[in-house]
Amino acid sequence: MRNLFSIGRHPVWLTVPSLLLLLVALGYPLAQVVLRSFTDPAIGLDNYVWFFSRPVNLTVFWRTFEVAGWVTILCLVLGYPYAWMMTAVGPRMRLLLILCVLVPFWVSGVVRTLAWVILLQDSGVINRGLVALGFEKVRLIRTPLGVIIGMTQVLLPFMIMPLYAVMRSIDLRLVQAARSLGARPTLAFVQIYLPLSLPGVFGGAIIVFILGLGFYITPALLGGPRATMLSTLAQQQVLQQLNWGRGGAMGVILLVSTLVLLAVAARFTRRRYQITGGSK
Amino acid sequence: MNRLQRTLISLFCACVALWLVAPTLVIVPISFAEKKSLAFPPDGFSLQWYANLIQSPDWSGSILNSLKIAVIVSVVATVIGTLAAMGITRMKAGSGGVVRAILITPMIVPGVVLAIGIYAVYLDHQLVGTLTGYVLAHSMLAIPFVIIAVGANLAVFDARLETAAASLGASRLVTFFTVTLPLIGPGILSGLLFAFVTSFDEVIVALFINSPRMKTLPVQIYSSMTRDSDPTVAAVGSLMFALTTLTIAAALWIGTRRRRS
Repeated sequence: MRNLFSIGRHPVWLTVPSLLLLLVALGYPLAQVVLRSFTDPAIGLDNYVWFFSRPVNLTVFWRTFEVAGWVTILCLVLGYPYAWMMTAVGPRMRLLLILCVLVPFWVSGVVRTLAWVILLQDSGVINRGLVALGFEKVRLIRTPLGVIIGMTQVLLPFMIMPLYAVMRSIDLRLVQAARSLGARPTLAFVQIYLPLSLPGVFGGAIIVFILGLGFYITPALLGGPRATMLSTLAQQQVLQQLNWGRGGAMGVILLVSTLVLLAVAARFTRRRYQITGGSK
Repeated sequence: MNRLQRTLISLFCACVALWLVAPTLVIVPISFAEKKSLAFPPDGFSLQWYANLIQSPDWSGSILNSLKIAVIVSVVATVIGTLAAMGITRMKAGSGGVVRAILITPMIVPGVVLAIGIYAVYLDHQLVGTLTGYVLAHSMLAIPFVIIAVGANLAVFDARLETAAASLGASRLVTFFTVTLPLIGPGILSGLLFAFVTSFDEVIVALFINSPRMKTLPVQIYSSMTRDSDPTVAAVGSLMFALTTLTIAAALWIGTRRRRS
């Protein structure tokens, strides 16, 4: 028992079980991916040369960024007014708005994608509605547009929650002060409210973009050959072609893109805080 | 802001709320369809797809597997994650921050990269399709959520209460169970819930490491969707949707009541 008590005096020991688990289930597997991308089937950069020399791969690579980018922009456009509304209504209404964000957040992504497959299929509700209104059918399923629609809905809660967390702490008297000094509503918003809400915008955008880059289920089920994204391509290389080297190289490229993005974002937000003098 | 602008924004937000919740609801009528089709709106009414969930060994087996794995994962991840969160708050700010950043990495590594690596390791060590394999991978994925939930609670926890208990003669274990645990209980509970859901919904790693003998529910849903138009997926989806909504509504309701009293 004495040993058990002395653990408390060296707090680092408390983190050892978690760190060990991460080493076994995260560190070792990641090392395998990197190793195989350089050694399977032969030692060298063959897999990376292959990836960047095939136009098909580059198309998928850019499409992944394009789709993640569009999803981020759409989430921001839909989420910003929504998050603001959550701060501006009474407690009952707020509870309802929170429920509408939390329910999709907790319902499994597979189930929500299933709903989109049903809605977007060629003979689905949306297309029959369009035909009834006299428009032509639109191909939605197995296109990048369909993937963007589905992903935006699945990822929207990840944008709204950080936005709401930041907006909730904005002191509205600052906006009132600007108004009383003669600023028009638009100017007061652009000069006061928007800059104060930017940390939430950056936080939400980074989370959505990074999750979007690595998204698997929605693109795999809603997309087809014309809407393949990097994750699906890497999965196919490993499970269908049994080509560990090429699949690993794609994984490493995806991972490095994510890390570069995070590093840039961290730098960017830090500089912003320096300019504003760390706000509080 | 004038009245018209406010009405327009309210309308816009109502549409967003609808867009968040309504699409998922189409699966509910389909789960009662009479024919084996995912067309909406469905014809007729039957409970056969709900019955299929219980009768078909593929479905009932995968539901039991997922529950079993998620229960074990939530206990494992909550226990070692809570320990880690307590360790981090007691360490110096610098080294604590580094350890915390390391333990959060499962959240930022793209799922498919992890899945490829874990599959490679599991093939070498005969862990594919085993309970141990699922629990290891899912616990690792759940740890960041536990650390964030418990850490947030520890940040507002007054450490002097522990000192007070100790000065009154309580041993470390007694202090932990009578002072610390009740105060950080809400954080541990939400960490437990996050860990359970993380494991229960996890699909990409499971897609790689499943075997015909041991499949989880999300893998079964995924393969059913890619194979044919079986409304059983809608039945299981509707059940999950109903359970989730009830749980959250209950949590929010209890939360507001407690704040009032």
